[in-house]
Amino acid sequence: MSKYLANRLLQTIPTVFLITVVVFLMLHLSPGDPVLVFIGDKQSTPEQREKIREDMGLNRPLHVQYLTYMGNALRGDLGRSLQTNVPVMSQIVNRLPWTIELSFAALFIASVIGISVGIIAALYHNTIIDTLAMAFALVGISMPVYWSSLLLILFFAVRLRVLPAIGQGGVERLILPATALALVSAGSLARMVRSSMLEVLNQDFVLTARSKGITERIVVIRHVLRNALIPVVTILGLILGYTLSGAVITETIFARLGIGQKYVEAVVQKDFTVVQGMTLFIAMMYVLVNIAVDVIYAFIDPRIRYD
Amino acid sequence: MTNVDATPAELGDAQSSKWSRFFRRVARSRNVVAGATILVVVTLLVALAPHISPYSPTEQFRRNRLQPADAEFLLGTDNLGRDIWSRILYGGQVSLQVGIISVAIGATLGALLGLLAGYLGGHADTIIMRFIDVMMAFPGILLSLVIVAVLGRNLHNVMVAVGLSSVPVYTRVVRGSTLSVKQFDFIVAAQALGGSSWRIMMRHILPNVAAPLTVVATNGVASAIITGAALSFLGLGQQPPDPEWGLMLNEGREFIRVAAWVTTFPGMAIMITVLSINLLGDGLRDILDPRLKL
Repeated sequence: MSKYLANRLLQTIPTVFLITVVVFLMLHLSPGDPVLVFIGDKQSTPEQREKIREDMGLNRPLHVQYLTYMGNALRGDLGRSLQTNVPVMSQIVNRLPWTIELSFAALFIASVIGISVGIIAALYHNTIIDTLAMAFALVGISMPVYWSSLLLILFFAVRLRVLPAIGQGGVERLILPATALALVSAGSLARMVRSSMLEVLNQDFVLTARSKGITERIVVIRHVLRNALIPVVTILGLILGYTLSGAVITETIFARLGIGQKYVEAVVQKDFTVVQGMTLFIAMMYVLVNIAVDVIYAFIDPRIRYD
Repeated sequence: MTNVDATPAELGDAQSSKWSRFFRRVARSRNVVAGATILVVVTLLVALAPHISPYSPTEQFRRNRLQPADAEFLLGTDNLGRDIWSRILYGGQVSLQVGIISVAIGATLGALLGLLAGYLGGHADTIIMRFIDVMMAFPGILLSLVIVAVLGRNLHNVMVAVGLSSVPVYTRVVRGSTLSVKQFDFIVAAQALGGSSWRIMMRHILPNVAAPLTVVATNGVASAIITGAALSFLGLGQQPPDPEWGLMLNEGREFIRVAAWVTTFPGMAIMITVLSINLLGDGLRDILDPRLKL
């Protein structure tokens, strides 16, 4: 196990290195002079531009700039916002809890809905219940998150007036954005659980268990579910990635001051250092999530050997 | 290379019976028929927008602001008094274009990388897949957002961004299929006859990975429309006053309490379109490649 973990971490190193290079190069891949990216729409003289170039270190060789950027990043310094001069890192730290709360709530709702719908569909395979469950999954997958968000607001906040439409803090302000974010993932989870269940239900050991005369309920709970849900773990990482990035939209609609909302604001305002820092941070977080998922997977499925 | 044991006529027969079998299965699949029918209707309506839309999509009827649906304005008007039905028809042109063009970009590039990685193997495979790993570290819409942030915000860049960010999906599917097709005897034969790598990839492997690629690309159009509209929704794609479904949703958001129809109709347009494409894709998957799970 520890050997596997070490191997997995080792494999990640080149990827992480490349991610940092790509994020660093974002500024230089942008068409036009990087200095102008920093200045934005403001007026400037050539002398001012030269001064900025010098101050920002943009006149030094690329690898030196990269090493400086990464050296600072490792010490937790991702630069300052071009708009507000607030350190990027402190903005991330302040906003992160709201985004994490939203992402995990969405992951939880998606798992509860997706797994139960998938199980029910498989147990009632080829009946009207199965058809309805899969229709629900298809609609879920086809619902853009901005559309499901607005529908939920329209129904629960405007018509029924039972839940607040915007803001953060408290469970009542979390339900709508988290549900909106969860629907797409619930749809794909339901599909996956269903096909995985059907595969297991057809296997010999299920037949053996049934022939022993135990009730169907115990067969399903003890033998089928345990085996069918293992592959589902692999897409939990994918779903968490989706809910993290989907926060960009839900946070904007529900006016939650999380990382996603700031990210969009920074892209719109061309606040380059914020975009760059947050991109790096989110990508790193996602890499860690994927490692965690792989480790959990190896842990719960003893049949798997990684060498 | 020449065909040794099949005359062109025989080949033609085999080909046509394969196609007729395919079309019979297509006609029997409820998903494909339903999806394709809705999609054809949507495409026709959108394509014929200049001929069938009652008003210009940007014309403002100042006296009829936020008016509910009636005989004069089929789906009502928005806050500037613009006809929502006309805006949906014209806006669809943009949304469908974004879907198709970005998938063309993503699928072409992705398939090419997947073929190279799968067929050449070795260092080419390692380098390409490492690159794909890096792209996949930016989940969901984030990658398109990053690309738009780098290139600048406008509709063209949205297409490029959505296309590029879908490259990993296609690369992985094509690489996987290539790896299994590569083992077949006819590839070994083609290699033994001295076919160049490029020729073998294009003439022999590509046709055999076309089925999974078609399935993924069909569902890809649906997700490209969703992501494209999301970027316009966030203010990074289509700019006012021109219509686009995502942009219309965003413009209607402010008035959701007093005039929900400004939001609900463009939302329904996106959903119906995406749903029909997904139906079509699911049906095609059942026919073309039952093993492929998504």
